[in-house]
Amino acid sequence: MYKYDEYDQRTVDERVTQFADQTARYLAGELSDDEYRPLRRQNGLYIQRHAPMLRIAIPYGNLCPAQLRMLGHIARTYDRGYGHFSTRQNVQFNWPNLEDVPEILGLLATVQMHAIQTSGNCIRNVTTDPFAGVAADEHIDPRPWCEIVRQWSTSHPEFSFLPRKFKIAINGAVQDRAIIRVHDIGLDLVRGADGNTGFRVLVGGGLGRTPIIGEEICPFVPWQQILNYCEAILRVYNLHGRRDNLHKARIKILVKSLGVAEFARQVDAEFVHTRDGLSTLTQAEIDRVVDRFNDPALPELPAEDAGYAAQLAANKAFANWVKRNIRAHKAPGYVSVVLSLKKIGAAPGDISADQFDAVADLADQYAFGEVRSTHEQNLVLASVRQADLFALWETARSLGLATPNIGLLTDMIVCPGADFCALANAGSIPIANAIQDRFDDLDYLHDIGEIELNISGCMNACAHHHVGHIGVLGVDKGGEEWYQVMLGGDQGNQAVLGKVIGPSFAAAELPDVISTLINTYLDCRHEEERFIDTVHRVGIESFKTRVYVERDARLEGRKRPDAPSH
Amino acid sequence: MPQVIKNGRIQGDEWKVLRGVGNDAAATLAVPTGRVIVPLAVWQAQRSQLASSAEAGMLGVWLTGDTDLDALADDLMALPLIAVDFPRFTDGRGYSIATQLRTRYGYAGELRAIGDVLCDQFCFMIRCGFSTLQPREERYNLAQIDAALTRPDEFSGPFFRNRRGTR
Repeated sequence: MYKYDEYDQRTVDERVTQFADQTARYLAGELSDDEYRPLRRQNGLYIQRHAPMLRIAIPYGNLCPAQLRMLGHIARTYDRGYGHFSTRQNVQFNWPNLEDVPEILGLLATVQMHAIQTSGNCIRNVTTDPFAGVAADEHIDPRPWCEIVRQWSTSHPEFSFLPRKFKIAINGAVQDRAIIRVHDIGLDLVRGADGNTGFRVLVGGGLGRTPIIGEEICPFVPWQQILNYCEAILRVYNLHGRRDNLHKARIKILVKSLGVAEFARQVDAEFVHTRDGLSTLTQAEIDRVVDRFNDPALPELPAEDAGYAAQLAANKAFANWVKRNIRAHKAPGYVSVVLSLKKIGAAPGDISADQFDAVADLADQYAFGEVRSTHEQNLVLASVRQADLFALWETARSLGLATPNIGLLTDMIVCPGADFCALANAGSIPIANAIQDRFDDLDYLHDIGEIELNISGCMNACAHHHVGHIGVLGVDKGGEEWYQVMLGGDQGNQAVLGKVIGPSFAAAELPDVISTLINTYLDCRHEEERFIDTVHRVGIESFKTRVYVERDARLEGRKRPDAPSH
Repeated sequence: MPQVIKNGRIQGDEWKVLRGVGNDAAATLAVPTGRVIVPLAVWQAQRSQLASSAEAGMLGVWLTGDTDLDALADDLMALPLIAVDFPRFTDGRGYSIATQLRTRYGYAGELRAIGDVLCDQFCFMIRCGFSTLQPREERYNLAQIDAALTRPDEFSGPFFRNRRGTR
């Protein structure tokens, strides 16, 4: 993965010094709450329900063992022994003391980590495909471009006080695994007619209160100009985005109100002046960044390992895990492994201090020291030999990291919800746990097959509920926690927003509602048809009707005093 | 005398910022003598009377975040001083206005940040091309401003550009 140079390190070190000074002045009463708030937010620090929450950046999801061990140390020393992976590929600690945060940041800086711009109205952590650089379907490696965007956006003087937060994602594969269409800027790496690298630029996507799928504003920006082009977009947004209403301040609202054609015209008018400007990229710059990635040299291997084939045939549990948790690698004889952070009974995305250390060991032993965090809140070992899979699986299983459920119903995306987050209207982890309990039979889960269930505790949509095949949204109704259910959303190349099926449900009803949706699918599906494809084929109406018919029957059953218990 | 930071140094300042003028009054308002920074509307309404003062280096104009620079730039370039107002320090439009004045229009005169100008944003302002920072009135004592300027020179150049030796 990318290794800092002296400029990277100095910037992070200086930010630690700066933040320690800012915090000291705040604690001494020299800075008001209002003055300190954006400063701490731009350093990942929220004031939350129980304590400050510190969100640490994992740029485009890349982690090395030393960083994982440091996160384990922080979890053990400053938190309650665990951390939480967010849907922006970052990691969050929920229990640090404000006074300890400068010290934590100092420790992070020693392993080339920081919390810069993980919050606040600025350019946030850039995200990409967790399989970047190794995916079989990748045409251009997005990581160097992500790193360049990280460097450019870090402490960008012009764009540190935008109307609202700003998220950029980059895709370089056939299948978009970075959901670029729901980002403020989505960059799609493409080849021009002459074979040169460039970017198809999407703008104005986002979830939250007003979910919108982004639209293309330029089919091809040459790589040399991509930062100049982004500066043109950001300048138009910074000057004209709404600042009078927090809920209408994202770029998507500006793009909608102007219309994408007019927005593109304004960007082009600005780009005339930023083109060939100070942020023009050169081949030397790209080479410098690419060199610092220092990817492991993977020894050449035969495409199929005989021992591996035998282990697959002999051990059904291993084969199940391989079927669900392995992804294709561009190099013969290698695969990528997804370590599941969705063990039944745990909070999705949570990881203990010991697991941090153990994943570091696994990466050292089996994966050339490369780990990725995913927006689906799991971890990826990017490059693993087929021959090592069985041993890796056995160890991962003993660590609780080998639940064979990637892409299945219990591999839910879940925000921290009201148990931790001050913004949430409703709990999300308890709902996830109740659904995990209901669907704890692995054979049944495998039979249901691929499905994405996303649960957000409020309309800020941290769990991307709009693009879940089933989306659950916590809402507040007269002080009580209720849940809206959406159906038909999807991420990826054909990203589409789900539709609310009807009136919301009480927490206790959700496992039954999910069961009804699953049963409807099982009754309607064609052979080999995924849940989402069935929903799109038959329409949400039949799912919806059955959910409310069965719900009414349950409520009716409860009212009758002589109703049989079962 | 109020203190400002000019080209990195604290110094006393004689400029008065004329505020609280509605557009209706812009044409009739009596502009005081001495060095004065007037709202854009006053400059536009009284340009003929004020031009000589501007030429003599005694008059500047302050802009708001919604100023349409494209329509005005030619008119503003000859001014000895342009100020950009930050109504709240979290309103970042001023950074783009300053950047445009310096890079797109090539403004070379004094560029001053006024309004809710706070120590913790000095570095961003300087990097966007402001040459003078006028901290919010009565917000800081001299020692605090001094401390702000002697802090480690974090991000003294744009991180990304600095590394490549430009600006």
